[in-house]
Amino acid sequence: MAKMTLEQLRRLREEKKQDLTRREVEGKEIQVIVGMGTCGIAAGAKQTFDAVVEAVNAAGLGNQVIIRQTGCMGLCYVEPTVEVVAPGMPTVIYGKMTRDFAKELVTKHLVEKKLLDDHIFDRPAADIMKN
Amino acid sequence: MAYKNFILVCAGTGCESSKAIEIYEALAREAEAQGVKNEVQVVKTGCFGFCEKGPIVKVLPQESFYVEVKPEDAKEIIAEQVVKGREVKRLLYKKDAKSVDTVKIEDIEFYQKQFRVVLRNCGVINPENIDEYVARDGYSGLERALFKMKPADVVNELKASGLRGRGGAGFPTWLKWDLTMKAPGDVRYVVCNADEGDPGAYMNRSTIEGDPHSLIEAMTICGYTIGARQGYIYIRAEYPLAIDRLKIAIKQAKEYGLLGTNILGSGVDFDLDIRLGAGAFVCGEETALLQSLEGKRGMPMPKPPFPAIQGLWKKPTVINNVETYVNVAVIMTKGAEWYSKIGTEKSKGTKTFALTGKIANSGLVEVPMGTKLRDIIYDIGGGIKGGKKFKGVQTGGPSGGIITSESLDEPITYESLTALGSMMGSGGMIIMDEDDCVVDIAKFYMAFCVDESCGKCAPCRIGTSQMHDLLDKITKGNGSEDDLLKLEKIGKAMTKASLCMLGGSAANPTLSTIRHFREEYLEHIRDRKCRAGKCKDLVVYSIDPVKCIGCHLCARKCPVPCIAGEPKKAHVIDQSKCIKCGECFKACKFGAVVKN
Repeated sequence: MAKMTLEQLRRLREEKKQDLTRREVEGKEIQVIVGMGTCGIAAGAKQTFDAVVEAVNAAGLGNQVIIRQTGCMGLCYVEPTVEVVAPGMPTVIYGKMTRDFAKELVTKHLVEKKLLDDHIFDRPAADIMKN
Repeated sequence: MAYKNFILVCAGTGCESSKAIEIYEALAREAEAQGVKNEVQVVKTGCFGFCEKGPIVKVLPQESFYVEVKPEDAKEIIAEQVVKGREVKRLLYKKDAKSVDTVKIEDIEFYQKQFRVVLRNCGVINPENIDEYVARDGYSGLERALFKMKPADVVNELKASGLRGRGGAGFPTWLKWDLTMKAPGDVRYVVCNADEGDPGAYMNRSTIEGDPHSLIEAMTICGYTIGARQGYIYIRAEYPLAIDRLKIAIKQAKEYGLLGTNILGSGVDFDLDIRLGAGAFVCGEETALLQSLEGKRGMPMPKPPFPAIQGLWKKPTVINNVETYVNVAVIMTKGAEWYSKIGTEKSKGTKTFALTGKIANSGLVEVPMGTKLRDIIYDIGGGIKGGKKFKGVQTGGPSGGIITSESLDEPITYESLTALGSMMGSGGMIIMDEDDCVVDIAKFYMAFCVDESCGKCAPCRIGTSQMHDLLDKITKGNGSEDDLLKLEKIGKAMTKASLCMLGGSAANPTLSTIRHFREEYLEHIRDRKCRAGKCKDLVVYSIDPVKCIGCHLCARKCPVPCIAGEPKKAHVIDQSKCIKCGECFKACKFGAVVKN
């Protein structure tokens, strides 16, 4: 890269910050957990994961949300499944969360603090909650 | 797809020497082989500090903290964690070998009382990638200095922060910069002392290895402040990894226009070069370091004139150590107000320490000033290895002194350590247990000073070797009480009369051990006894004929061999041949070998 000006340095910082904040865990209270068992992946969980990352960044929530994967949540009939843990909100598992719903998930659940009623399938089973 | 996992592999010197690079390569290879190359980012980072359990691998965002990882584990980590989303439980940190419960990273005691300011990027970013440093607000302190502040403002900011030099005596950093800035002349220099030479200290090395850009940023800020256009980092050649990373970082900073001419379009010029030191301890002394930088023999010069007035090539020079500079970068980024809230009234900020010796968790730690020694040794360090009894802790290396259990509740500040007869030094902390002999330790440090004394001034050249001879005499059982008085007398003379701090502080370990453990010295002298069993000339091994069952194990372990005896009959040690290695003592299962 050629020598930078102050503006370019600032732009670079903002751009790279998004990448790096995904690595950070400290101070983040919201968790979005995508189920990635074989069933989930077959139903498009990887695309959902990408879409969630994109939507979270677009909403400027990158520094508040941990996005991670887990194994099969047991609701194979409504894959892809996504669990959302946010303070002040009940912990929910959403089903049928294909990539198209990622944006809705972020704006409704995380920003407006409302549940996506059509997608609620289960709360986590007791054994999942313990871990 | 977007990365869903980030695997951070510690690539500090400690972990690297136990195959961290192979682990990194194996992880990358496995990710490719298992088709998840685009889902996981494998990153080489700096030291996590928990060197005792290295190599360390941390997986985010799960925060899985894997310890003692081997290259063979890479396949499982990728297959389980990245492909299936499950932690590899067997590699997770556990409190002790027997425990089955794994411990979450926020619950690991080693990290709980730490506060990472200097090491904020160590183990977080890839030190070979400037973008990651920039993303962590890197170079925003420089930006603030260049575009929002005048040089005098920077000095005031440092003054408000309360930062004091981290290399030794704790001279206020702002004052050093201010004096240099106001010194007459148009050419000035910025120098970094990265000649970390204390036995057992590796804070500066790890800082550079994990976060080289912090140093570059701070030195550039210094250059702007005092009006220097050139800086030098004097680093010892024994730190190849740190040197490599610095070279990469300097190259990247130059490419980005953060070093060189017209930095970020501000009109300010500043450049950095690396100079390698050959590893002489005396070159950690600032005037000797400057001599060495000039290409001369590394010998100290009388002060004044101080380097701030006449430093490198007789020009006004700021010389600070690595940790001091890195603190400057943080202060300029986060502000003096934030910084001055950390620490105590007179000692602001944090301090890094390298914990080594007889401690359960050896490693690199950073704590706020004012933390108690007890917290560092017992909570962070996990106490003494093998449940032995704590004897003392040596801070400040060969220039510092021993601190005993009575002072463990003393908060660590510049003043408190000096009052205890030790010093802050650069931050080595060597823990000793009941198996260590204080006379032997004092002799070790004195031998180090004899080797490292440059010989320029008589008090140091003659004093160190005289003191060493006296200590040697005591460890051999030939000492007298008069020798103790002589040691104190010579020590005090050296402290007062030496040209530089090498000689001026060389007597500290001896004087402080005499002060705290006079009884043990007297035991050596009067009773010809070393209670720790370290002074070989005072130890006699013998076999108790009643307890000995004649198993012959000791005779087999004896390297000389000097143990004789028929099977099932009591054995005997030939004292004239015995080298007092203690192998028989360790080998005997019946307590028949006796140490006196």
